[in-house]
Amino acid sequence: MPVLSVFFIRTSLFYLALGFTYGSWMLINKGVAAAPSFWGALPAHIEFLLIGWVIQLILGVAFWILPRFSHEPTRGNERLAWLSYIMINIGIWMVLLSPLFYELPWLSLLGRLMETGAALLFVLHAWPRIKAVGA
Amino acid sequence: MPPLTRWFIKSALVFLVAALVVRLLQTANSLTAGNAYINALGPVYFHMFLVGWVTQLVFGIVFWMFPKYSLDHPRRSERLGWWIFWLLNIGLGLRVIAEPLNSIHPATGWGWLLVLSAVLQWLAGMGFVANSWGRVKAK
Repeated sequence: MPVLSVFFIRTSLFYLALGFTYGSWMLINKGVAAAPSFWGALPAHIEFLLIGWVIQLILGVAFWILPRFSHEPTRGNERLAWLSYIMINIGIWMVLLSPLFYELPWLSLLGRLMETGAALLFVLHAWPRIKAVGA
Repeated sequence: MPPLTRWFIKSALVFLVAALVVRLLQTANSLTAGNAYINALGPVYFHMFLVGWVTQLVFGIVFWMFPKYSLDHPRRSERLGWWIFWLLNIGLGLRVIAEPLNSIHPATGWGWLLVLSAVLQWLAGMGFVANSWGRVKAK
């Protein structure tokens, strides 16, 4: 497994743990009304699991598994994929932390732009690798 | 394909169909007077889809396909893998039953089943992270 895939997938496992933990808090609170503040975890739960876990796991496996080129670099432009990894994770935390920085109202928008940019960069990396065998 | 993976994937397929059936019922329900139980199935639908189908499918494929942990224990702990399977499915099943009933009849004990559901699913998730971490490695 290439190093970048290790980074992507281990990071996704970290978000899986966080997302499940937040989700469990909220479900417990739904059952026994432990603390209403637990509902504040909903945006983080969704962000951790949809962007942090699902998307990042797929990107990591895709970087690993997609067809390689017969010439170097065999996985094409790896720099795009590395940038994608950095941007998606910065984006996630910008979005999550934005409510704490009310004096920076543009922070969540910037976070979403980072996430979207990460996806576009990965598409640019992956598109040429979606090819027939030998092509 | 190892047996555990087959169980994960077949269970995921069941949840996929079940989630879409729930969605179908919700749509039909919106066109009528509206059954309270079906109205309360929204979170159940999301979680059957995202946990029961997507995450469970991933768990099964990861267990099968990820690099070997070691020569002696290629898939790390098969026993833990089975625990993850049952914890996840029983936990999610409890949610499917208890969540709408708790919404309609609050403070009648269904809430404690949700607590159990939350704990079981959390243990499944942490177990999966623990069992898979060491298999995420460069050559």
